[in-house]
Amino acid sequence: MTAISTVVERQLPSWLKIIAPITVGLMMLLIWFLAVDVFAVAPRALPSPVAVVSELVLRSDIILEDMGVTATNALIGLAIGSIAAIALAALASNLRPIDGMLAPLVAALAVVPIVALTPILNTMFGASSQFGRQTVAAIAAFVPVFVNVLRGLRQTRPVHRDVLRASAATGLQTFRLLTMPTALPYLMTGLRIASSLAVIAALVAEYFGGPADGIGTAIATYAKSGRAALAFAYVAGAIAIGLALFLVTSLLERAVTRRTPV
Amino acid sequence: MRRGAAAGWGILGVLALLIVWELYKYLGPAEGFVVGAIDGETGSGVMILPRTNDRAMPHVWDMVARLGQSTSGGNTPPLIVPVVNAAATTLGIAAVGWLIGVTVGAILGLVMQRWRLAEWGLLPWIVVSQTVPLIAFAPIVNSIGTQIDRGGTPWPQWLSVAVIASYLAFFPVAVGVLRGLDAPDRIHLDLMRSYAAGYWPTLTRLRLPAAVPHLLPALRLAAANAVVGAVVAEVSIGMRGGIGRMLIQLAGQGSSDPAAPWGPTFGSIALGLVAAGSVALIGFGLKNYRRGEAIV
Amino acid sequence: MTIDARLAVRAAGVGKVFPTKDGEVVALTAVDLTVAAGEFVALIGPSGCGKSTLLRLIADLDSASSGTLEIFGKPAQQARIDQDYGIAFQQAGLLPWRTVKANIELPLELHGVARTERSVRVAELAELVGLTEFIDRYPDQLSGGMQQRVAIARALATRPSLLLMDEPFGALDEMTREYLQSELARIAAETEAAVVFVTHSIPEAVFLADRVVVMSPRPGRITQILPMGLSGMTGDALRESSAYFERVTAVREALHGAPVERANER
Repeated sequence: MTAISTVVERQLPSWLKIIAPITVGLMMLLIWFLAVDVFAVAPRALPSPVAVVSELVLRSDIILEDMGVTATNALIGLAIGSIAAIALAALASNLRPIDGMLAPLVAALAVVPIVALTPILNTMFGASSQFGRQTVAAIAAFVPVFVNVLRGLRQTRPVHRDVLRASAATGLQTFRLLTMPTALPYLMTGLRIASSLAVIAALVAEYFGGPADGIGTAIATYAKSGRAALAFAYVAGAIAIGLALFLVTSLLERAVTRRTPV
Repeated sequence: MRRGAAAGWGILGVLALLIVWELYKYLGPAEGFVVGAIDGETGSGVMILPRTNDRAMPHVWDMVARLGQSTSGGNTPPLIVPVVNAAATTLGIAAVGWLIGVTVGAILGLVMQRWRLAEWGLLPWIVVSQTVPLIAFAPIVNSIGTQIDRGGTPWPQWLSVAVIASYLAFFPVAVGVLRGLDAPDRIHLDLMRSYAAGYWPTLTRLRLPAAVPHLLPALRLAAANAVVGAVVAEVSIGMRGGIGRMLIQLAGQGSSDPAAPWGPTFGSIALGLVAAGSVALIGFGLKNYRRGEAIV
Repeated sequence: MTIDARLAVRAAGVGKVFPTKDGEVVALTAVDLTVAAGEFVALIGPSGCGKSTLLRLIADLDSASSGTLEIFGKPAQQARIDQDYGIAFQQAGLLPWRTVKANIELPLELHGVARTERSVRVAELAELVGLTEFIDRYPDQLSGGMQQRVAIARALATRPSLLLMDEPFGALDEMTREYLQSELARIAAETEAAVVFVTHSIPEAVFLADRVVVMSPRPGRITQILPMGLSGMTGDALRESSAYFERVTAVREALHGAPVERANER
């Protein structure tokens, strides 16, 4: 014979959501620092965090310059890829043959190493052109945007379609009032995914040839020549670009999703 | 769309692609389309459309024919042979990298689902980890590998490549496992609670089966990523025998032998498709666990 | 089948408060209820009256904020650990990757019952609910009514002395509902289990229950407990009797809180 205990459902305080990752990050930083500077147990190829920061400060100008090149390639690729994806997804959602032909191609594109095309693209466009890298970034961005926009265009609920049909809305009106607002959050999701992929693709494409600028080439050169601290400083630049784009597109996505009706 | 019809459309799609290529070669400007070029300054301006001559853009049939011709003249076997060998090597390495990545990712996913604090602390770093370019720490992994090898435990170079490939593979699995294990309906969780089932029985009988629809796309993505990781790592470490190195090598000869770089390119594409296809087979075996969504 | 002679459910002063963003919500207050062994009790009331909350407290899926709650003389948590009850929800809640057989034997599997014994029990239960030919099908191959029958079979798997049911027929059409109500009444009588049955439907409550517990919201509480006394009749005979209609009227009046003027008494 017992009373029921007053249960406090174990809920973690929400400030931990920020403190937890920061703590983990600081711990990792500490281990890194101890391994290299204090106990000297790390391999020579791993630079000290102190050295990385000093290189970052000293060479910020050239790092920013190369960041600009890679970021521009990524953005151009993102833009081209997204526009192409939206156009093709619109076609595919309306014309079955196009959908039939594109679906396997896009599925294949999603699993093949796109960066393997870079050497050939550089031959086609000339070794001094950035267009090869931009094309690779564009292809990388195309896939998630296409898949998501296509899904979004198909998501209109039958009951909403019935409402517009009963009000004798024209095709264009239906598109403007229903299809587009429904598809918009999916587009934003696709852009968020595509932005990270475009940055990585633009960067990795630089290992496979082309002009001697950009973060990827710099990292490859300095890593090979043993200037690991400088290479890592460039890595910080790469992370910065990736995070910046991810944050911008995430905020866009959140802003759009909140306004969508259920 | 039924299987046969889908395959048919797929072939049509590839054909359409080839037609577009040849059509452009036929109709496009011979020197490409350059925007903003300055007279007298070679290499200036932005080339929007590529050159159409046979050196820059070989004909499709030339590419295919080149595969049958000898690799480097004389008695060397047809190009397709070293391409297939290199692709198979890279596939094997990618497979090992995939296995490592899947194991690490699954463990991370399990830990993060079990303890919300672990999810909060680790997930942001796992996401950020994917923005760090492989090439920065490929030399580090390689040198650690060589050290271990010299220290007595055998550590071949390809194992370093596999470890680097696993870095790209573990992320989708970690996220997929986390989402999947959290996927069961409230009602099923209540049911398990009403049976006084603890963490492990609930995990094996409910969470894991319910996670399968999330897990399979993650495994497929991990396979594709492992392939990319293996190719990039091969290039940065300079490993012989893989398709990454072959890509770079033959690209360098592109001016004298324009169709040759397409050999390893096709090989890489085939590589990605085979890797993804193998994972799809796993999905086939787990068919019953995907009956999910319509039922409550 | 051994029946527990103790009270199946004894609730005294049970209350439940939920903390929300806008302050506290009193889902249940001052609930006093006893359910005898083998008795069929229906909980009925409008949305927010706390009937499902009360069922969840009995099932130890949530904990009470105040009062005492005993299931067969034990605290609810112990009763759950000892598997003294079986539960069925409004949605059948079948695991889609398991066959009907595997779904029914899930609680037996979890408690280490041997395979052969499980098969015997599943065959018994499938016959009890009339689904013997379907035990190797998957849930997505069954209709809603059949899925719910599987859920009931599952709830009976461990021979519980108490059945908890939260609007199990709520998602079904009227014909299937009436059929399943008759089946449930038969099964409850055969297994001699106590039943606590949450429902929205007045006719259903009157048809099935020995006593109907009328509840009302804001705050959730019991307003009246009405004995039915209709155990003599079953099936359509019961549904078409005048005693049935009188009870339905009585429950309706209790729900509305005021007597309804009847046409022949004006």
